[in-house]
Amino acid sequence: MKYVLSLLVLLFLGCKEQPSKPGANALTKSNTERLDGLTIVDYDGLKPYLHIDDEKLHVVNFWATWCAPCVKELPYFEALSQTYGSDSIDVLLVSLDFPNKYETNLLPFIEKNKLKSAVIALDDTDQNRWIPAINENWSGAIPATLIYKGEKRKFYEQSFTEEELNKEIEQFLNK
Amino acid sequence: MKTLKLLSLLSFAFLLTAFSSQPISEGYKVGDIATDFSLENIDGKMVSLSDYKDAKGFIVIFTCNTCPYAVAYEDRIIALDKKYASKGYPVIAIMPNDPEVQPGDSMEAMKTRAKAKGFTFPYLMDEGQNIYPQYGATKTPHVYLLQKTKKGNEVKYIGAIDDNYKDANAVTERYVENAVDALLNGKEIETTETRAIGCTIKVKR
Repeated sequence: MKYVLSLLVLLFLGCKEQPSKPGANALTKSNTERLDGLTIVDYDGLKPYLHIDDEKLHVVNFWATWCAPCVKELPYFEALSQTYGSDSIDVLLVSLDFPNKYETNLLPFIEKNKLKSAVIALDDTDQNRWIPAINENWSGAIPATLIYKGEKRKFYEQSFTEEELNKEIEQFLNK
Repeated sequence: MKTLKLLSLLSFAFLLTAFSSQPISEGYKVGDIATDFSLENIDGKMVSLSDYKDAKGFIVIFTCNTCPYAVAYEDRIIALDKKYASKGYPVIAIMPNDPEVQPGDSMEAMKTRAKAKGFTFPYLMDEGQNIYPQYGATKTPHVYLLQKTKKGNEVKYIGAIDDNYKDANAVTERYVENAVDALLNGKEIETTETRAIGCTIKVKR
């Protein structure tokens, strides 16, 4: 029975998911909090952002203010909307900063660097559940990036140079 | 025609990776035999697993000074060694980062940190960064629980220390403790692999 059930679940997951666009709906859920304009989610609150089915290319970068290679590549993600146009590309920066550092580190960082991309904080200790759910091959190291458009998805457990990132973006856009 | 062939090959490769449930990264899986090493400790002496004649196994932890996740786990790593070294499973900490990329992880900094925290276990520098890739460690902290067998040191568990990096008091599953307890009691380990967020191992690009 368990087997049949998991098969059903798999089949269901395999179907084209069409969750409502995150925004008004996702933000009123109980798994979402706000702190001085910062949206804080657990994995269930984040999930809709990883499956937006529209014409845009979605770039989801997992980072933290304490992660030096993440901070280094952040400007390349920030530049994407300008380079490719915010009509065709949507960048979401998912911060894995510790919750007790939101006010002391994360919010000041966003302010100081005048981040233009949307920032959301993921606070969910059950990492063993959501890491493989986001990508089966993700060991959990950051930086890590998910790029998707419609049903095409690619996950990168690596840091990018600007050239490497733009190359990946172009491969998605030219399809 | 050639392009078509290439395309179909590529899409086949894509399908393979898209549906493979095994991580494609190299390194040990549970059941593999882990390599021994000879790495410099903070006291200047070289340490190998083979030095521990009486050990039943090892809690090998790739960790460092500079990663907030590693720092969040320092006290729990000390507690693991206190609890299990006497039972035959000492902690062996290995610092995998290139100190030229991450100066806060230099041998001097490691000594200072170990002294300040009162590390009771070896804290080794992966000089030349040859050991962590063989294990397949990708981040700090990253645990490999080994059990001595006739074949060598067999990997029994890979992953996180427990299920709450934020708050040691809110932990509900102590993955490493459960795994070592199972080995000590001759039982099967229930959870042999877990994931956790960590800091990438720092290498020169």
